[in-house]
Parts: sequence; structure tokens; C-alpha cells
Amino acid sequence: MKFLNGVTLLLIYQLIGEFSVLLLRIPVPGPVLGMILLFLTLMLRKGSGESLDSASSALLSHLSLLFVPAGVGMMVHFDRIANEWLPISVALVLSTVLTMAVTAAAMLASRRVFGVRVQEDD
Amino acid sequence: MTEPDLATIWVYLSASPLSGLTITLVAYSLAYRLYLFANSHPLLNPVVTAVTVLIIFLLATDTPYKDYFEGGQFVHFLLGPATVALAVPLYQQCSSLKRLWLPLLIALLAGVSVGALSSVLIARVLGGSLQTQLSLAPKSVTAPVAMGISEQIGGLPSLTAVLVVLTGITGAVLGSKMFELMRIRDDAVKGIAMGVAAHGIGTARAFQISPKMGAFSGLAMALSAFATALLLPWLLEMFDLLN
Repeated sequence: MKFLNGVTLLLIYQLIGEFSVLLLRIPVPGPVLGMILLFLTLMLRKGSGESLDSASSALLSHLSLLFVPAGVGMMVHFDRIANEWLPISVALVLSTVLTMAVTAAAMLASRRVFGVRVQEDD
Repeated sequence: MTEPDLATIWVYLSASPLSGLTITLVAYSLAYRLYLFANSHPLLNPVVTAVTVLIIFLLATDTPYKDYFEGGQFVHFLLGPATVALAVPLYQQCSSLKRLWLPLLIALLAGVSVGALSSVLIARVLGGSLQTQLSLAPKSVTAPVAMGISEQIGGLPSLTAVLVVLTGITGAVLGSKMFELMRIRDDAVKGIAMGVAAHGIGTARAFQISPKMGAFSGLAMALSAFATALLLPWLLEMFDLLN
């Protein structure tokens, strides 16, 4: 029952998100707005509760599985990927590595500049 | 009535959602077992194995993607609630978030801009078509968000979905090695870089390394989905990359 309540709550927030995005023409996908709204709710409520914890950890622990059907979609784009394999693969790998390096470097540098420590209360 | 043979039975069954859903779960659980058996070797990322096995199977049985997706969509659908569910680990990292918001914001803006601009520019220089370039632009954010952005800027949402998965795999496979080379030991910094560059697949990988890295990766992934949705169309326009 707990799990069911948690999933229901997630779906309700997603629905509110999708609805508000369409209604207010916000340029952000519905689930992202739903996540932000749920986050704000948790901040106000000061706790997530057992049912939400169990539903979210169940979904997030098998997150990789959820990408499989979209990944299989590659078979529809075989022709394009075969024709443009060089720009696609170089852009993918180089840009991903670059993004990771820049993000980590910016994090380290700005943390030093502003003197914020990360590992205190762990 | 003639006796039905195996081929006709498959043609009939392949159009029903049951088979698409079942083979997805079977392929993934086998892939995941193989991954655990190989001590979580990053090259055996379960998404890669499962996708490869499924594509080979569908091609061998002459099953169109559309038929497969009749069943696959049930798994695909869960990406929405899973995105909402990220609010929970995000909330659990609330105290770090309060302390780190400024460095995090700077890292996020830097990562999101570099990710979008570099992918478009590299593909452009190497002669990729405009549609491919634009489909690549949102590659570092989680699939449902990336597909929405891709549609908005004139890319192909379904191609973007594939590129998003490939990006996630690239990040998950290369991440640990890169952090080692950059001598980064802090799980918070590693998680943030992983989440910004490689969204959910990177986050899934980060959770395998440590819960702290996973939580930060989930946090960065959620924030970057939001930042990218707001910034990317504007960035591409500013740098005149939309045509």
C-alpha cells in the first residue's frame, strides 16, 4: 500500500507538471516541473515519508532499464548514423568528456574562490 | 483451419504489447546479471548489452521497431515518474545544496553551455547535417527533457533519444577513468560532473560507485535538465547556430 501511495503521488505531481506547462506555456518539460514542485513540497513539509521513499528508490534503482526502449530506437536511425557516423561519434564522445571536465573544473575552482567546503557533515 | 506454425505465431504475438515488454525485461535482467558477473566492468553497461541484444533479435525476427515499442512504451513511460522521483534524493541532499549553491550554479552554467555548444560546433565542423547538429545539442539531459527541447529547436526527437542514451553510456564508461586522470577524489564533485554530462545513465553508474556520488549526480541531472530547457534555445540563437 505504501508503494502504491508513493507511485500515485509521483503521478499526481507529473500530471500537475504537464498540466501547468501546457497552461502557462512554460518552456520546460512537464516531469521536470513536477520534480521541482515535489521538491518544494518536501522542503515545506520537511520530510519525504516512507511511501514516497519506497516508490522513488524502486524507480531510481532501475533507472538504466527505463532507457532501453529509447535506445533500441537506434535501429530506426541506422541510415543516418551510418552516413554521419564521424560527426556524430566525435561530437558525442568529445563533447561529453569536455562537459564532464569543464563542470568538474568549474566546481573545484569556484569552490576554492568562494571558500566553500564540501566534505563537512558527511 | 490449418495448423499454425511458429513463424505465424510470432507474427501474431510480436504485434502484442506483451512480447515487447517481456523481451525488454528479459534482455535487461540478463544484461544486468552479466554486468554483475563481470564485476561491474563499465564496458558491459547493462543498457549497451540489452539494447544490442534487442536490436539483433528484432532484426533477426523482422519485427519493426513500432511493434516492439507497443510493449516497450510501458517501460519508457516510467521515465516521467522517475524524473519526478528525483525530487527525493535531491531533498535528502538539501543541506549540501544550501552550502554549495553558488559553486554549483557556476559549474552548472559552464557545463550546460559547453555541452550544448561543443556538440553542435564539433558536428558542424565535421560536416554533419543541421538536423543532426540540432538533435545533438540537448544530448546531455535526461531523455524526456531532451526530446522536448529537440522538437522545440528543430531537431529529430527520436534521434535525440538515441543520442541521449549513447551520451549517457559514454559518460558512464569514461567517467571514472577521467576523474582518476583529473585526480578528483571528492564524490560530490564527481557526481555533479557525471550528472551534468551523462544524466540518468551516468547517475545510475554513480549510484553503483557510492550513494553520495549518486545523490549529487541525480541533483546535477535534475538541475541541468531545468537549466538546459531554459538556456539552450537562447544559447543557440545567440551564437547563431540554429541555421
